[in-house]
Amino acid sequence: MLIRCPWCGERDHAEFTYGGDAAAARPADPDAMALDAWLGRIYTRDNPAGPHTELWQHSAGCRAWFKAVRDTVTHEVLATGDPQARLTPDGSS
Amino acid sequence: MVSQPLRPARPRDAGKPRVRQRYSGFQLLRQALRGHDGWAPAWRDADPKASYDVVIIGGGGHGLATAYYLAKEHGITNVAVLEKGWLGGGGTGRNTTIVRSNFMLEPNIQFTEWGMKLWESLSAELNFNLMFSQRGVLNLAHTEGQLDAFARRGNAMRLGGVDAELLSREEVARRAPLLDVSANARFPVVGGLLQPRGGVARHDAIAWGYARAADALGVDIVQNCEVTGIHREGGAVTGVDTTRGPIRAGKVAIAVAGNTSRLAGMAGIRTPIESHTLQAVVSEPLKPMLDTVVTTSAAHFYVSQTDKGELVFGGDLEGHNSYAARGNLPVVQSLASALTSLFPAASRLRMLRHWGGTVDMSMDGSPVIAKTPVGGLYLNGGWCYGGFKTTPASGWTFAHTVARDEPHPLNAPFTLERFETGRAIDEKGMGPRPAAH
Repeated sequence: MLIRCPWCGERDHAEFTYGGDAAAARPADPDAMALDAWLGRIYTRDNPAGPHTELWQHSAGCRAWFKAVRDTVTHEVLATGDPQARLTPDGSS
Repeated sequence: MVSQPLRPARPRDAGKPRVRQRYSGFQLLRQALRGHDGWAPAWRDADPKASYDVVIIGGGGHGLATAYYLAKEHGITNVAVLEKGWLGGGGTGRNTTIVRSNFMLEPNIQFTEWGMKLWESLSAELNFNLMFSQRGVLNLAHTEGQLDAFARRGNAMRLGGVDAELLSREEVARRAPLLDVSANARFPVVGGLLQPRGGVARHDAIAWGYARAADALGVDIVQNCEVTGIHREGGAVTGVDTTRGPIRAGKVAIAVAGNTSRLAGMAGIRTPIESHTLQAVVSEPLKPMLDTVVTTSAAHFYVSQTDKGELVFGGDLEGHNSYAARGNLPVVQSLASALTSLFPAASRLRMLRHWGGTVDMSMDGSPVIAKTPVGGLYLNGGWCYGGFKTTPASGWTFAHTVARDEPHPLNAPFTLERFETGRAIDEKGMGPRPAAH
């Protein structure tokens, strides 16, 4: 699997560490979050078969975290951007 | 004239009663003398009816076991098992065949040990040779601290009525003579925890054995029939849409580990599950060199030798969400290096084949066998690494849950709601990080 780091370009996935579903990221204002939303964020996942928005770290490279849209069926990386980037499911940014 | 699907001409097959042919040494000899053309198919290839009391989604070991126990233990025989591909083509046919009940937490001990007890008499019960071989499962300890933790787990197992033996380095060396236990080993061995009753079984046979026994009790097994939607009315399930037409159902039971999120999602249920790829490798066949199952958490690696002589081994997940059912080469490389570190004699061995399967990784490493918020809809999934060994217990408790609309005490802890109520069953204490379990 090849992953395109937004800063270093396309590299072998062995250089990267997976950070999981980007939707499960810590909210900006945790105090404002209802219990149900917390439970949903921590314990449940959409787990799609297809484009999945997720976090990766280029741990054996520039060490930066970034966001990626990757197809979980084909392993194709459709789009990458910085962690705050709004990436669309079809891969366009 | 309606066209019939082509099948090889087998004149003695025509008009055979739908009665299970009993397998025995005598039968084998008799068929051998007749050129083996007198065997009946092990189960009917059924076409789906318009309606069933219970529809089970997923024709792997768990779904087929559920069908068998529904019919046998609860007298519910108007049952269909719907399989999108072929029987046992998912996790059932892709695992490393290890059977064990060496857990520490009470719910896991009780549940997996019940599975072990079912395994012990299952070949005779199903009249199908599952090649269940209790050759022992040996966990290697590489530090004194790890050996202490093994003593703790072993004691918990024994308190729960499970067999466990703490082994010294010398005892480990006696059981696995080719294992590198030298002081210079990459992973020095200080001892181990053995479950003597653990072992391996033929993975396909569990699907075939349950399918044949369920079929004989009247269950319809429908292959090439993918569920594409789940009908609900007033908060209760009424049937399913499939690639072979809609089917009405009083109850629907999902047993599709790997794809649990997709199926549950059809009924609007969000699951505490991520799908990941797990790989396994088989080597070329060798003369007997390893007569037990050896595992190590130092390299996260497990290996056993098949009856054909191949070494079958596996290890870590790929580490990212995936439905691809195929992995990447770095994991294969790490598996090979773990094998050769533990067993230097394997260093010139060639790999015969490797494959990947999709596993449900749950948020606490334990499964879900439970009712759902939708009436008449039941969920069995989240098996992580450990679905194969518990196939009999899973089917047995799931059938109970479906038949009585309430869980058996053995599976009562494995609910969907346990995360909200703080009752997660986290054997490794990893927290809600699916890839870490």
